[in-house]
Amino acid sequence: MDIIYSAKPLIAILVSLFVIPILISSRSDNTREAWTFVAAILKFIIIASMAPLVLKGAQIQFTLFEVMPHLAIKLKVDSFGLLFALVSSPLWIITSVYSIGYMRTLKEHSQTRYYCYFAMSLSATIGVAFSANLLTLYLFYEMLSFATYPLVTHHQDQEARSSGRKYLLYILGSSIAFVLPAMLFIYIKTGTFEFVPQGFMAGHFTHGTLLVLLLMFVFGFAKAGIMPFHSWLPAAMVAPTPVSALLHAVAVVKVGVFCVARVITGVFGTKLLLSTDLNTVVCYIASFTIIAASLIALSQDGLKRRLAFSTIGQLSYIVLGVALLSPLAVTGGILHIAMHAFGKITLFFCAGAIFAASGIKNISDMVGIGKRMPITMTCFLIGSLSVIGLPPCGGFISKWYLVLGTLEAGKMFFLFVLLVSSLLNAAYFLPIVYRAFFCTDEESMFENTVNEVPTWCLVPLCITASISVILFFFPQPFLKLAHMTAQTLIGG
Amino acid sequence: MENLIHMIGAKFNYIAYIILMMIGLYALIAKNNLVKKIIGMSIFQTSIILFYVSTAYKTGKAIPIVEHGHGAHSVIHATDYINPLPHVLMLTAIVVSVATLGVALALAIKVYRQYGTLEEDDINSQIRIQAGK
Amino acid sequence: MVQQLPALLIIVPLLTALVVAMASWISPRLCLPLTFSGLALSLAASIGVLMEVIAHGPVTYTMGGWNAPMGIVYVIDYLSSPILVVITSVAILNLISARKSVEESFPGKTGAFYSLYILFTTGMIGIVATGDAFNLYVLLEIAALTGYSLIGLGNDRAPLASLNYLFIGTIGASFYLLGVGYLYIATGTLNMADLARFMPQMADNSMVLFAFIICMTGLFIKMALFPMHGWLPNAYSFSSTAATGVIAPLTTKVMIYAMIRVGLYVFTPAYIFNTLHMSKAIVWVAIAAIVMGSLLALAQKSLLKMLTYIIVAEVGYMVGGFFLGNRMGITGATLHIINDAAMTLCLFMAAGAISYKLKDDSFASMKGLFRKMPVTMIGFGAGALAVIGIPPTCGFFSKWYLITGGMEAGQYGFVAALLFSSLVNAVLFFRIFEIAHFEPFADPHDHHHHGHSETVNEAPLSMVVPLLVVAAALIVLGIYSGDIVTKIIQSAIPAGIV
Repeated sequence: MDIIYSAKPLIAILVSLFVIPILISSRSDNTREAWTFVAAILKFIIIASMAPLVLKGAQIQFTLFEVMPHLAIKLKVDSFGLLFALVSSPLWIITSVYSIGYMRTLKEHSQTRYYCYFAMSLSATIGVAFSANLLTLYLFYEMLSFATYPLVTHHQDQEARSSGRKYLLYILGSSIAFVLPAMLFIYIKTGTFEFVPQGFMAGHFTHGTLLVLLLMFVFGFAKAGIMPFHSWLPAAMVAPTPVSALLHAVAVVKVGVFCVARVITGVFGTKLLLSTDLNTVVCYIASFTIIAASLIALSQDGLKRRLAFSTIGQLSYIVLGVALLSPLAVTGGILHIAMHAFGKITLFFCAGAIFAASGIKNISDMVGIGKRMPITMTCFLIGSLSVIGLPPCGGFISKWYLVLGTLEAGKMFFLFVLLVSSLLNAAYFLPIVYRAFFCTDEESMFENTVNEVPTWCLVPLCITASISVILFFFPQPFLKLAHMTAQTLIGG
Repeated sequence: MENLIHMIGAKFNYIAYIILMMIGLYALIAKNNLVKKIIGMSIFQTSIILFYVSTAYKTGKAIPIVEHGHGAHSVIHATDYINPLPHVLMLTAIVVSVATLGVALALAIKVYRQYGTLEEDDINSQIRIQAGK
Repeated sequence: MVQQLPALLIIVPLLTALVVAMASWISPRLCLPLTFSGLALSLAASIGVLMEVIAHGPVTYTMGGWNAPMGIVYVIDYLSSPILVVITSVAILNLISARKSVEESFPGKTGAFYSLYILFTTGMIGIVATGDAFNLYVLLEIAALTGYSLIGLGNDRAPLASLNYLFIGTIGASFYLLGVGYLYIATGTLNMADLARFMPQMADNSMVLFAFIICMTGLFIKMALFPMHGWLPNAYSFSSTAATGVIAPLTTKVMIYAMIRVGLYVFTPAYIFNTLHMSKAIVWVAIAAIVMGSLLALAQKSLLKMLTYIIVAEVGYMVGGFFLGNRMGITGATLHIINDAAMTLCLFMAAGAISYKLKDDSFASMKGLFRKMPVTMIGFGAGALAVIGIPPTCGFFSKWYLITGGMEAGQYGFVAALLFSSLVNAVLFFRIFEIAHFEPFADPHDHHHHGHSETVNEAPLSMVVPLLVVAAALIVLGIYSGDIVTKIIQSAIPAGIV
């Protein structure tokens, strides 16, 4: 395997941090937002420029500082990290477009602060994606927690305050209480943190200790939303919708899942977990979360809350896929990071568009809204199909691999879980769409005229919806990257 | 019993300094008046000075002043003299304790000007009344 | 020149103190520049010595040419040289930051303040530099007496708090003196290196045991180790922020340095960790300090009081880390002296700026502070993250070594206490952030337009700039902690400790 030393990953991370002083000092809203675009596009270009090398099987590395003897802040771009970065960075561009529409339509306050912390969050997200060892990962993970706090509490009212508390308590509390001691314990025993394909834990720990450590990581990365550490996510929905869309459907939550996946594959390693059968424990925890979250989602009336519980369930798909540790399941799980991202962000954009255009938050008030906002609701349908996992949407491909993966691993129980939850997904999404379009005029709560949101909001959600469809027909380069990851990590 | 008496006889300087020290400590902790506390503090410090000086003493030996030190023909044995070093150290310690006393009294004056009393109970009740307002 | 640096380190500020006091009769305006140049020279000397130590190993300076063990030597080695740089930089940064509030709080007394200020710094430098057990006592008292006076200069309840601090501080110092007396009886020397040489033969001497206990008790009192912390919160929170800004970061930390110095280089690790079986018990005291300090901090309603209880908890970190008795723990404790000084300075400087502007430091007065004083709050935030222990700030790395040390020693109670205190610190600071960020509450029906009416009312530049320098230092110290540990601290710990 080729290893290339280059500062590109560092620049990719820092580009959005460097733009912050410019954002603060810019005199008009237009220049501020123009600079956000410059940063977002630059970031995407830099990340995309690394793709050809990584697709050829090379790895890009960069070491920053040796903060402790033999332990450095180190960046590494491999197929897994690149996939995640390639999902988040273009979505930042699209979300920025959407933010402009949304924030201006609602005349939100403190917009400069909002764009600054958004940029910071993206730096942290890409940092997590490109971390080469556990310490670097932890550093960016915590940075993300703090950068997103002002975004969650953007409205600065009592509700935002209590949600912000819950958010930090879960995310910061679990990382300090579980991840940090687990990391230290591993470091003392093994003396290394470097992610390597088969992990570095083998031979150092007893069975019981391994189980405890594994659970500390799985629950400690609370951003992954695994039950019972999930309730920060519905609470975080008080944030402005673009935040919920990019951060709480893509960046933050996927960072959590990404961390869990990295630890399972790069720290514990496939062989060790399969030989001790500990991965099955994680599979059961994930399965429980999938089913429970889907059931709770059914009962939610707030659209964003329903989406949040749906996200919790979908995140556990990824965890389940990775924890099954069969090549196809891992491919499916990792691919689901990308597929779910495009589908779910579309749904959030739609929810935000509905709120911006009509001020409606609850599903029960949305009867007949399809006649007023036909484009938005069509995109909502596409997003739903993708999340449920039906063709012709990208979500189908990742679920297909997940299903094949359960068969490959020979664990029929999890196949059953996947099928049941798909039915539940359909049950909580399709009625919304159905009632939006098909209702009698008496039932309809809206006048029969088309009244869409401003173009700034509409265009992004159309783009993400189209991407969801396109990914069904052309799933590259994500599929290739997911395959490569599964190959290097599992060796299948 | 005989042992005990013997021990007390042999080490009475230690016992004396500890008694003094406890008197000082008692005043420092239990007295209500700030000046009495300061007196206690002084006794406490003095007891340690006493301890140091008493350790230097050797029974039946001369004080450490060597007459005609430079021109003398006889050899000087350190064992013939009382150890001078603790005395020298205590000169410094005395200076320190005087300085401490000065600072303490200055602070006590400042406290007195502010509250019009040196009784700690009165001061505390005044503080409580102020805080209640 | 290089050979004279250790002397310059202490003599320059000592003489400056006298000059400042005299200059204040001529013109009070001369005092600040004089103090500044004295401290700047001292800082330069301390950096010079640090470079020298890193390049060529420890530097020994015999005062007046009297050789050890008769004369007093100053030994600047891997342990003391970084602390010296910390002391002089803290003093100089706080001096710049405190200028405005000194002029405001002590009109007509600025000369006295600056003179005491630099004398205090001299005492601190001396404690760190000296290689003589008795000389350490004298310098301890110089630093302490000037400290009492600095605190006593404040208004309101400061004199009484200072007097109580004086009583307890004197007991602590006297205990240390008594311990040194017993050591002298047992060995007949006061030179630290000499004492350490005698130690292997003294392993079961009851006088040495008594000396150890009484010395350590004295130092524990001076560093405010729980439950002997009672003097600290009042003394630090009622004094002027200009004085606390230098006293709070330095006093406890330098006392911990003294504990490490006396522990490692007088009583020797073999004696305290192997012969005596006390270290486990002291670690449990440290655990109590951490837990109780954190809990008491939670109960406070004003910023300075809260910070003082955080100091109480931090003392527990370092005492516990040292008495773990392994390399990781002692590395963590030593690194934390440096880091905690920087963190405390950052927080107290921010608190100083806040109370300079608001004339109040209760939580209730901090409403909307992010809007009013954005730059100060950035500095405060950096300090807060460091205290919580978030990478890449320096607080994370010292905590890392401490926790690793705790795990290696099997002291899981200590590990749990550290994690607990991190969580409590997070709660403490986010409570403040919440108040500063959210309040005053918006009208629920119109939450898009509030807050714009309040204008920015930032602290003066002389407060903000040093604050930002320290905030940046917190991150730089974190990033370079690997170098600090490998190049300096590892050499400071005797080879016998694994």
